[in-house]
Amino acid sequence: MSVADELIPPQPAPPVQAFHWTGLRILGATLLGLWIVAGIALVLWLVDAWDIDKVTTYGPKFLSGLATTLTLVGISVTLGAVLSVPIALGRMSSNRVLSWIAYGYVYFFRGTPLIAQLFLIYYGFGSFRTELEAIGLWVFFRDAWNCALFAFTLNTAAYQAEILRGAIESVTRGQHEGAAALGLTRFQTFHQIILPQAMIVALRPYGNEIILMIKGSAIVAIVTVFDLMGETRRAYSRTFDFQTYIWAAVFYLVIVEALRNIWEKLEQRLTRHLKR
Amino acid sequence: MEPTASLGGQLYRLASLFDPFCGPLGLLNLLPEGSLLSCGDTGWGDEVARGFFVTITLALCTLPIGLTIGLFLSLAKQTEIRTLRAAANIYTTIFRGLPELLTIFMIYFGLQIAVREMALALGYESGFDVNSFVAGTIALSLVFSAYASEVLSSAFKAIPKGQYEAGYALGLRPGKTMRLIILPQLVRIALPGLGNLWMILIKDTALISVIGLGDTLRQTGIAAKVTKEAFFFYGIACLLFLTLAMASSVVFSKIETRVQRSGVNR
Repeated sequence: MSVADELIPPQPAPPVQAFHWTGLRILGATLLGLWIVAGIALVLWLVDAWDIDKVTTYGPKFLSGLATTLTLVGISVTLGAVLSVPIALGRMSSNRVLSWIAYGYVYFFRGTPLIAQLFLIYYGFGSFRTELEAIGLWVFFRDAWNCALFAFTLNTAAYQAEILRGAIESVTRGQHEGAAALGLTRFQTFHQIILPQAMIVALRPYGNEIILMIKGSAIVAIVTVFDLMGETRRAYSRTFDFQTYIWAAVFYLVIVEALRNIWEKLEQRLTRHLKR
Repeated sequence: MEPTASLGGQLYRLASLFDPFCGPLGLLNLLPEGSLLSCGDTGWGDEVARGFFVTITLALCTLPIGLTIGLFLSLAKQTEIRTLRAAANIYTTIFRGLPELLTIFMIYFGLQIAVREMALALGYESGFDVNSFVAGTIALSLVFSAYASEVLSSAFKAIPKGQYEAGYALGLRPGKTMRLIILPQLVRIALPGLGNLWMILIKDTALISVIGLGDTLRQTGIAAKVTKEAFFFYGIACLLFLTLAMASSVVFSKIETRVQRSGVNR
């Protein structure tokens, strides 16, 4: 065993490292420079390509497309949230049949592409036209908008059911036991003890799901619904001007980033009692 | 119509020997003659099967490219160098924020315009066509790498600093520390997240059908239009995607148990 005979004398603070252009710094500056140049070039190009005729023709259409996108996502996410409750309860049910049905539903809608589901409903239900006419549902499924709404609602319900289930199951057992010890009924326990805690866990996934739906909703353009993407495609097919896509990208990026930031603020506000 | 470029075509020919649908031992040969899904000229089995292979090839081509870019992005995001971090974050923000469909259209049409301009500048008159498989691979790689970089970044954060320090204490260079000490642990932590991304990638490949690639969805769509049996064929498409998802989850759980085996049991 070694023994230190004398203490190390105090050392001066290490000198401030001089700035060096290491390889990585050069790379970083180059890449960031490329982004900045690309951004400036894009703005200059958009300014240069600014055509007041096109703006007055297609600008309002873009805005109405944006409204269509937001309406579609808003309605389907709300309806999906309602539909997700029985599915999540079915997933957690001790009844084998119920939980298998709910599992099958969730697996199907999470395992297949949204676009295939949309085609299955929009084009596929046409195979049952006579049957649907007989029960009076053909009026509903004839319309692309309704089909998109239907498909999106079913799809987001499956994802939201999983979010809900994960959140409810993340609440510890002690919370159930505590509520039982206080003599609360099952409904009171769920409503006042479990759900508030589960919702905080579910907050972030719900935000992600809304963002995914906004991005995913672009595919309705393929089944002739004129949302933001649909208006973009229509404008591009008439003008062959690539800036239509750039404007669509700007719109989508702004919505998604705005939503992300709002959600972050919301989460900070709602979880401020958990901060230490 | 060849499904892909020459390499894809060769792969396709090789795969057709072991084709589980229409090969010598194919499942669809069991169907009665003249059914909608039988192979050959009468049914749509071989066309749909070809689309299915295009889907798989596209996903498998995208995966290594996307993972590599994603790894470099996540490395860039955790450096001290602010410019590098900012550049990586801009990339992620853009490609995670754009709808996948829009990215695909922008890459496809943007590439077409760029190729045309370049060809004109070089003095060629006739127009070149951009292969939709290539455009699709690029677009999906961009999206996949943006998401993968986030998964890998959070996995990097889960590895304690002591692991790096131990590597340096043993005299390993940073590159070797990364390869021998950090990456094996990283794989273990990032695997569930990457598995999710792979599932999303498989589903996103369906979007490439809109720029004309003959994948599962497009082939079933053609069959649906011709035979007027839309529900049946789109149902088949959904079933094929479900099969892929199930097969992937089996493979991933195998990989996961294999990777966890060498890990610490806590």
